[in-house]
Amino acid sequence: MTLRTRLLATTSAILIATTGTVYADGHATHPVTGETLASDQTFTYRVGDESPSIDPGLVEDVDGADVVRDLFEGLYNQDAEGNLVPGVALRHEVSDDGLVYTFTLRDNAKWSNGDPVTAGDFVYAWQRAASPELASPYSWYIDLMSIENGGDVIAGDMAPSDLGVTAIDDTTLEVRLSQPLPYFPQMVTHGTTFPVHQATVEAYGSDWVLPENIVSNGAYVLTEFVPQEKLVRTRNPMYWDNENTILETVTKLVITDENVALTRYLAGELDRTDVPAGQFPRLSEQYPEQAVSVPQACSYYYMFNLRDGAPEELQDPNVRKALSLAVDRDIIVENVLAGGQKPAYTFTHWATAGFETPDIPMATMTQPERNALAQELLAEAGYGSDNPLSIDLVYNTNEAHKAVAIAISQMWKQTLGVETTLANQEWQTFLEARSNGDFDVARGGWCADYNEASTFLDLMQSGSGYNDSKYNNPEVDALLAEAKTANNPQANYDRVEEFIARDTPIIPIYHYAAVDMFAENLEGWPYENFEQNWYSKDLYKIAQ
Amino acid sequence: MLSFIVRRLAVAIPTLLILVILSFILMYAAPGGPFNSERPLPPEVLANIEAKYGLDQPFWKQIVNYVFSVVTQFDFGPSFQYKDRSVNDVIAQGFPVTLTYGFWSFVVAVSVGVSLGVAAAIKQNSFIDYFAVGISIGAQVLPNFVMAPILLLVFTLWLGWLPGGGWSGGQWQFLIMPVIALSTSYMASIARITRSSMLEVLNANFIRTAQAKGLPMRRVIWRHAMKPTILPVLSYLGPAFVGMITGSVIIDVFFSTGGIGQFFVNSAFNRDYSVIMGITILVGTLTILFNLVVDILYAWIDPKIRY
Repeated sequence: MTLRTRLLATTSAILIATTGTVYADGHATHPVTGETLASDQTFTYRVGDESPSIDPGLVEDVDGADVVRDLFEGLYNQDAEGNLVPGVALRHEVSDDGLVYTFTLRDNAKWSNGDPVTAGDFVYAWQRAASPELASPYSWYIDLMSIENGGDVIAGDMAPSDLGVTAIDDTTLEVRLSQPLPYFPQMVTHGTTFPVHQATVEAYGSDWVLPENIVSNGAYVLTEFVPQEKLVRTRNPMYWDNENTILETVTKLVITDENVALTRYLAGELDRTDVPAGQFPRLSEQYPEQAVSVPQACSYYYMFNLRDGAPEELQDPNVRKALSLAVDRDIIVENVLAGGQKPAYTFTHWATAGFETPDIPMATMTQPERNALAQELLAEAGYGSDNPLSIDLVYNTNEAHKAVAIAISQMWKQTLGVETTLANQEWQTFLEARSNGDFDVARGGWCADYNEASTFLDLMQSGSGYNDSKYNNPEVDALLAEAKTANNPQANYDRVEEFIARDTPIIPIYHYAAVDMFAENLEGWPYENFEQNWYSKDLYKIAQ
Repeated sequence: MLSFIVRRLAVAIPTLLILVILSFILMYAAPGGPFNSERPLPPEVLANIEAKYGLDQPFWKQIVNYVFSVVTQFDFGPSFQYKDRSVNDVIAQGFPVTLTYGFWSFVVAVSVGVSLGVAAAIKQNSFIDYFAVGISIGAQVLPNFVMAPILLLVFTLWLGWLPGGGWSGGQWQFLIMPVIALSTSYMASIARITRSSMLEVLNANFIRTAQAKGLPMRRVIWRHAMKPTILPVLSYLGPAFVGMITGSVIIDVFFSTGGIGQFFVNSAFNRDYSVIMGITILVGTLTILFNLVVDILYAWIDPKIRY
């Protein structure tokens, strides 16, 4: 017996011994639900591109974050609904002024080499993530968490050791904030806040994440990592909750073309893949148990250029509002995209936690009513058949964006007689044009960083680096600033959405949905988790 | 001959240098940069990153530093996009993959292409000729981005014979579809060039002479017709070989092979400057090298050529 098969035999023996009943044929049952488990507990899924990094301090994309959540464990995890559940931390206390968080860590958390996971590991990881030396593209997250001195450490004005995070003892972690942040505990489920093993990082430098070097504390360990091909992780026998982990092996395959991925899914090579745009109706009819559409925390919108020197006609709020009214969102979501997306009349995604979509007048009108109002507004602004409005619309090269742009330009043409010139640009060129204000109307898409409405609405702040419209309304700025520390900011968010509807710096078009194919016997996927944060340790396959 | 090789190699160095400088300038002239994203980074974060990768230095200094570290340490620097890897890692991982399926595609394209071409020429206007020409035209009009999904549909989804992609260290099952998809259009070109070249040679006087002195046809073809036939094919094969072993992004995209072609195209989209440069230099060097090899082979086969 080789070492590898012996290890496998040992882990499956532990698995069988601790996870419920074992049948004579070796099939185990799920410890909670009692379902009969499949003998093959592997999960293989598709991603479209290689992630920039799987180092918790450097991770920046969604696919990378999925891997990091399996390999490492932070203070808290999320359950299937997105609620916080203990990770390395069991609980926390907040000081009366809301500025000091004290986390109590479990004493049985271990690294994959057997070392205990301590509060000091978190201190090291957070200081490292903020340090100019690592130069992480996600270092701003430390500042976003309002950790004391975060901004100064990132800017290099203070040493990383001045960051407001201290290990009181091995199981007590103290975090000091520069301002109260009611949703701070939600933010520690992000990879940037996960611990790293100091001795390993210092020994191997940037090579520490390679399979032969890595030491991690999550439910899985990295066993194979071939960029642009695959990344394999297998269960970590040192993980404190290993006995409740069911999947043995999780494989991420990089498959660039989504149609190829679908073919391979249908051939049984994959357990999860994305549904290519426009194919959801067909697939959900053919495979109703497998094609799934769930809300995804992103909003799709068009932005107007409100800078000085931008086209004069778009500076009139009535013109912008007319253009917004004339967009028939129902046609976009039902006929163009057809993947369970929802029409958007607010910027904040309808499924955002604690957010009630306010009553925007436009949302309750019928499309003919909207069109009539749009024609009226545009005529008032002085545009009509004798003086047609003409605008340039720019989007980044992509089939779906193109389809939406063509549909909308037709709606504008038919309802308002507006002449639209469409232009698509390669991604980097597009980003530069947009941030330089080199557009009339441009496509935008924004995804939540955390599950709270401010992750969307902060874009409307005049000083936001992401406010490419350059919308500037002091009342909106004040409402958003106040919302940061308010116990119930909903009223402020309602007002901001009303301002967006009134001033129309952007046209919200639709709220995203994630459309995927899932193997029929895969269970435990957190469909209700709005951020789609999934943990392989919660997944399992049932026998069929 | 030796002095010819030395001369050619000496010219290669300034050629490569011009390639590096031009690529550098074009790359920087393209809008955007490696660290632009939908969410612009806060200025202090961007400053840290640019300092880490030396992008805060003047342009000329970046070129000089780059060329210096490539020449003296053979170090192409860190990848700006894949932060867990260096450019040397990227090439070390992707190039052997591409080299493997490129080499086998070359073998298939040349052996099948030349055989088809020769057979078609010898039996001109026969069934074999029409068959060979038909196949090569079919292969030519079926580009690999059409061929690849068809292969996947047939061999993976319908028949279930072959894995739909991946590499797994280059096991044969993972090689078949990439090799078919990559070799067919090259094979078609080789067959057509071989056929027309062979037809021309067969009508030449020295072939008639050989036949007139009573040599059997097989011997005429192998001894006398083959060498001159292969010359135009050879000049096509040099660049074709480089094209195959430096990767086809189509193959990497459709079969998830993880070869160098995918890295090359992604690096252009991501403005991953160091990877763009690394692969450009690799492809440039190979192109120069194989053109030289073709020239040497030419001299060896064709006694009319003198250097």
